[in-house]
Amino acid sequence: MNPLLELRNLAIDFATENGMVNAVRGVSLSIRPGEALAIVGESGSGKSVTGLALTRLLPEPPAVYRSGEILLHGRDVLRMSPRELREIRGRRIAYVFQEPSTSLNPVFTIRTQIAEAIRLHRPEVVDVDAEVVKYLDMVGIVDPARRMDDYPHQLSGGMQQRAMIAMALSCQPDLLVADEPTTALDVTIQAQIIAQLAELKQRLKMAIVLITHNFGIIGGIAENVAVMFRGRVVETGPTQEVLRNPQHPYTRALIDCIPRLGARRPRLSTIDHAALSAFESGQG
Amino acid sequence: MFSYLVRRVLYAVPILLGVILITFVLSFVVQSPEARARAVLGQRATPQAVATWLSNRGFDKPRFFNTQPGEAWHDSQFFHHVVKLATFDLGVSDVSGRDLKEVFKQGAVPSLLLTVPAFFVGLLMAVCLALYQVFVRDSLLDTAGVLIAVALMSIPSMVYIVFGQAVLALLFNYFPVFGFDMAGFGTLRFLLLPVALMALMGVGGDVRLYRAVFLEEIAQDYVRTAQAKGVPQARLLFVHVLKNGMISLITLVVAHLPHLVMGSLLVENFFGIPGLGNTLFLAIQQSDYATVFASVYLGSLLYIVGLILTDICYALADPRIRLS
Repeated sequence: MNPLLELRNLAIDFATENGMVNAVRGVSLSIRPGEALAIVGESGSGKSVTGLALTRLLPEPPAVYRSGEILLHGRDVLRMSPRELREIRGRRIAYVFQEPSTSLNPVFTIRTQIAEAIRLHRPEVVDVDAEVVKYLDMVGIVDPARRMDDYPHQLSGGMQQRAMIAMALSCQPDLLVADEPTTALDVTIQAQIIAQLAELKQRLKMAIVLITHNFGIIGGIAENVAVMFRGRVVETGPTQEVLRNPQHPYTRALIDCIPRLGARRPRLSTIDHAALSAFESGQG
Repeated sequence: MFSYLVRRVLYAVPILLGVILITFVLSFVVQSPEARARAVLGQRATPQAVATWLSNRGFDKPRFFNTQPGEAWHDSQFFHHVVKLATFDLGVSDVSGRDLKEVFKQGAVPSLLLTVPAFFVGLLMAVCLALYQVFVRDSLLDTAGVLIAVALMSIPSMVYIVFGQAVLALLFNYFPVFGFDMAGFGTLRFLLLPVALMALMGVGGDVRLYRAVFLEEIAQDYVRTAQAKGVPQARLLFVHVLKNGMISLITLVVAHLPHLVMGSLLVENFFGIPGLGNTLFLAIQQSDYATVFASVYLGSLLYIVGLILTDICYALADPRIRLS
């Protein structure tokens, strides 16, 4: 099967006051239709930058796309005109962000915000309200016809994130980029949201890029995983294999950070960056 | 909402009482009633005429509390003053002897004809320019915009007025230099230039303020969400950013409100527009204390109304705010 999205040697720099910072250095990834890929890494590893780059959402400046290609259905996103970019944003690749309380516009109702996405990308839809209700219902919001007139602050964090997901789904994207979708939520709600995403992936045959720092949440949803460290993909492969037999010491360190119930371990492990640096330079 | 408004109106009462007390005390510090009577009636006025003038205005009564046996304690200058102002009896002008309520009513119309269009034109220009600057942020055009805004706000308003009158009116004869006429569309002729100048005077400072407000908004998460949805830039700015920015803009905008009714001292005076600004200007020139103090009272009243309106506008613009 042809890949839905393919990154080839993508490199992104950020211009800062202290010179250029290489945020992403030569990342190559591939996602097939309907498949979920988890990008796992710590803060600053370049995983969110990679996610935003998929539709060229990074503010330029400071971001500079130094080299590489982002092929969506075989077409390079980095060569698209602003108009073409607007057409794929939301329509082909939709996003769910980390902090639902600030990511939703506070002064518009959920209905207005989802309807805006539908009107932009699916002008053929006649009954927009019915469509809004349909997607809110799909993500498990109870009594959607009434709740859609709520403002974001009237919903709980979990409900806000569900509304965000409904908005992303409403344009029927081929790929959903979920950038730390559960980090701001309670642990119980986290599990619900991940289960919801996994269910939607099955039902809608939609590809997902799940960006997270938490190896613990990806098992039930992502077939493949890419581990990012300092702007590079250091390990990639089928999720179960990587979890069982991590090759890179950083991956091992990340997996060791997953807290397990009943595990006899006095304290959570931390990542030894000095040792990793030595490993990296030894490799390079 | 309703109970909140009632409470706000009640809170306004002590503030107004404070304003009345301060201006009341000030009026005696500036000039004793006797000196004022002499100034109004002329130096050769007879003692009887002065006494009549004083008693007509209640200046023969005790100042704050009436301690005379057999008389009510509130039969004093201050309490009469408060009761009069509370019933919108603003007294009469020291100079012309005309009822001030009538004077203000008459002056309000030309003032509003000048300030309301200037306010809306200025607001529209400032908001659009600020949003456009945010649209082209970090470019040369943005820097040029900031420079022009600083230049516009650094030029004294006198320069605008003199330039308008000397160049646009006198030299090119586009507009009448001076005068006013309440004759339907004829009025427009006299208003165009002062309205344009007033709008232009404020635009530099406003653009800078609004630009700062919008730049803060454009960095918010919801803007990224809208971009990720494929919302076009124009819609992003004029719908998403503007509505959020409104909440900050309201405070800045309402600060103009008393100014709207009270008119503009300079512009009205230079263009001969018989509005409230001009009335106040003449009153100051002619030491017409009755008019000056009535203006101060009216101004503070309008300011309080403005503050209450701000709160209502907040609740309208931001669904997270509920008045209770």
